Amino acid sequence: MTELALPKIDKKTLDKKDYIFKSLAKLINPEYVLSHKDEIKPYETDGLSAYKQTPLAVVMPENTKEVSSILKFCHEENIKVVPRGAGTGLSGGALPLQDAVLLSLGKFNKILEIDFENKCVVTQPGVTNLGLTHAVQHKGFYYAPDPSSQLACSIGGNVAENSGGVHSLKYGTTTNNILGVEMVMMDGTICRIGGKTLDQEGYDLMGLICGSEGLLGVITEVTAKILKKPQVVKAALIGFPTIEEGANATSEIISNGIIPAGMEIMDKALIEATDNFSKAGYPRDAELLLIVEVDGTESEVDVLLKDVSSICKKNNCSSLKLSQNERERLSFWSGRKSAFPACGAMAPDYYCMDGVIPRGKLAEALLEIKRLSEKYNLPVANCFHAGDGNLHPLIMYNGADKEQFRKTEEFGAEILKACVRLGGVITGEHGVGVEKRELMCEMFNDTDIQQQLDIKTSLDEKNLLNPGKVYPILRKCAEEGRVHVHRGEEKFPDLPRF
Amino acid sequence: MSTEVRKNSQIFQDSNNTYYPEDETQISSIVKELFKKNQPAEVVGLGSKIFIGNKIQSAKKLSLSKLSGIIEYLPEELYIKVKANTPVELIEKELEKNNQELAFEPIDFGFIENGKSNKGTIAGCLSCNFAGSRRFKVGSVRDHILGFRGVNGKGDIIKSGGTVVKNVTGYDLSKLVSGSFGTLVALSEITLKVLPKKKSSNTITIHTEDKKLVNDLFEKISSSSSEVSGAIYVPEEPKDDSYNQNKEMIFKFNDLKFQGSFLALRIEGDKLSIEERIKVLTNELELKNLNTSILDVHQSVPLWKKINNLELFGNTKNNLLRAVIPPSKGNELIQKIGNKFKYYIDWCGSLYWIEVHSNKNSKIAEIKKLIIELGGYLTIVKKSNEFDYEETTFTIDETRLLISEKIKKSFDPKRIFNPGKMYRGI
Repeated sequence: MTELALPKIDKKTLDKKDYIFKSLAKLINPEYVLSHKDEIKPYETDGLSAYKQTPLAVVMPENTKEVSSILKFCHEENIKVVPRGAGTGLSGGALPLQDAVLLSLGKFNKILEIDFENKCVVTQPGVTNLGLTHAVQHKGFYYAPDPSSQLACSIGGNVAENSGGVHSLKYGTTTNNILGVEMVMMDGTICRIGGKTLDQEGYDLMGLICGSEGLLGVITEVTAKILKKPQVVKAALIGFPTIEEGANATSEIISNGIIPAGMEIMDKALIEATDNFSKAGYPRDAELLLIVEVDGTESEVDVLLKDVSSICKKNNCSSLKLSQNERERLSFWSGRKSAFPACGAMAPDYYCMDGVIPRGKLAEALLEIKRLSEKYNLPVANCFHAGDGNLHPLIMYNGADKEQFRKTEEFGAEILKACVRLGGVITGEHGVGVEKRELMCEMFNDTDIQQQLDIKTSLDEKNLLNPGKVYPILRKCAEEGRVHVHRGEEKFPDLPRF
Repeated sequence: MSTEVRKNSQIFQDSNNTYYPEDETQISSIVKELFKKNQPAEVVGLGSKIFIGNKIQSAKKLSLSKLSGIIEYLPEELYIKVKANTPVELIEKELEKNNQELAFEPIDFGFIENGKSNKGTIAGCLSCNFAGSRRFKVGSVRDHILGFRGVNGKGDIIKSGGTVVKNVTGYDLSKLVSGSFGTLVALSEITLKVLPKKKSSNTITIHTEDKKLVNDLFEKISSSSSEVSGAIYVPEEPKDDSYNQNKEMIFKFNDLKFQGSFLALRIEGDKLSIEERIKVLTNELELKNLNTSILDVHQSVPLWKKINNLELFGNTKNNLLRAVIPPSKGNELIQKIGNKFKYYIDWCGSLYWIEVHSNKNSKIAEIKKLIIELGGYLTIVKKSNEFDYEETTFTIDETRLLISEKIKKSFDPKRIFNPGKMYRGI
């Protein structure tokens, strides 16, 4: 099990457990204060199921006032709080702590207002990402960020992680697609940021909250922007005989002034795995497969696809197919969307990484991953949001073999370090959580991290809200070593991950 | 004075108590010294937007104008990394070579200051976070900042972000610094997202005085999938000589009937897709029943440039307000202010630029109250010489002010940078 370094357990909190349960039960409906071990077991972990911790208690408030009173109480009593949305996050951001109250936003599951006139939806944070689109699609609208877990992940969690998706190059991530939030600070203060207007005046607190991984406040309401669906969407499926040629083609597409709605790459290992799994009809002889999706008007889409085709032909593509109808377009995506379960079928466990590199370094990155795969003697399959440089190598291993498991972790860390060396970052969309805490030092020095910690302290001076996440526990970068071990079982096997 | 600063003080400081650091290490030494002595400083670049914000009481100035130049430009990676005080014009010229641009359309505030172009520096542009007409389609300045380097109020050199668009590594400080009016960090380096320039642009103009129709049209435009990238309304009322003179002078286009009110919407892309979009929009907006004209690319591009640069209010001696509201409140706002003040509407019904005559200063508070009631916010971008009250430049509620004070403290605990420029206490 886990040997993860976590904040020091506060004995005083454990000693007054019963008092805490009783007090919480006075603040909200007592039925929604869970403390029995059977009741709280489902909350032991999030999407990164290798780490497990039993929370002190789970509370499920039903409105903002209750969230505020819980946080105020915990603040006064020096009790840690871990906020949780749908619990689908892949970096352990919602991992409970033994001496912390787990604050679940599960009861915040209603859409409050659909405002077509102002092109926005006001929603509680527990509504799923896809739930937003479902609420407005009858009028041809949708919510743009589309993380692969959109069926289950909550919009509040999306704000906490600044979730992206396949279409983020053209349509941005969560931070570019929300207009306002209501948030409760650790001391119980309720704060409204933004609203139904574009931008806001003063410090961009919404920009700060997006991607802050639940460390600065608890989101209780979100106003999300909605967009009209594009007139026409078409895709191309292109195979390349070498990694370099495919990588060059993707760079050329961008440098020719084309911004595809989505651009995805899969390597040979993944082409085979997904084609076996989903029978998508992918070109099995290709070393690299590229899916390019474009949207706009009919003629614009045709012109763009013509340009994409000629760039790919110039780069010696071995196969090229353009979607002739919606059914065919979706079939191009079906294999890609089954990438994670397909890897799950090939090995007992897999470990999904989430680095970002400049697009132009793709070939270099893939060759480095190949070299590391040989060094560690562990198979790896690669998928890549080529449009925005987000790489998801999937390392396959057997979690029962402790030594192999240790090697997998080292392999993963080396990939992320290589991403930073190539000019990229250690996480594009999964967040830092507990998983990549110590890798923060690959990107930031002590002064950079201190500035971020100062912001945290200014808004949560007792460091009670989601402590032990994002930043190295032992403050100084050099002091943090790799101390944790985890197993790669997938908590949500049914969710597509890409 | 520390040895280091004394040694360099001749390079750094002129007779007006202005420091001119040349790199971030020099900024850091100066700020450390100011920190030690509790001396606040006004942070300036080229001064093109210096009139925005409250007056600052500080004996010292920190000019970052020497930190200029392009560090790295990779067109195929869609980013440009520049020294923070690089002139916007220089960046735009460089991007133009590769048919790329800053999609948020930086505003040239020189025109409202003294009638002459002065786009200022990219740090100034970021610090104000005022995006141009394309805002409702592509996002604001803050949405195009990938990362920065700079010095906080303690003199520490800090960085955040990177050069890639997808990045959730640590807090997104680029957003926080955008729109902070230089009160958090003295910027030394900025990385911007750049995008391909659209091949062409056409503008449909609709000539109407009917304000309700205008708001209906804005609603339809924002509900369309035709990717309209600019939508403005320039009314004729209230009658005002200087405003109408400006109008006649700047809107001299063959196909634009500048006498009278007009709504203009921009469509960008290649020729074919523009034609296709105009066809779709003609149906969606029922244009056949309206008095319309279409401006070709040679008329469309300069029209938007003039709009974007606030040339309608060129050289104004009056107060200029910038109000952002939920677009659905447009009718209400126009009803209350439309016949009293000169204004025009941008961002497809969200943004109102309103001019308030210098002898009507007292009206500003009323307009501000109204805008807040409508769920919006108001900034006094330019104040007339007769403007006689302080602390009203920006809109903020008490809770956000309290949080903002805490954030300010975490970057700049002694309030060295631009104290009071945004709010009292910040």
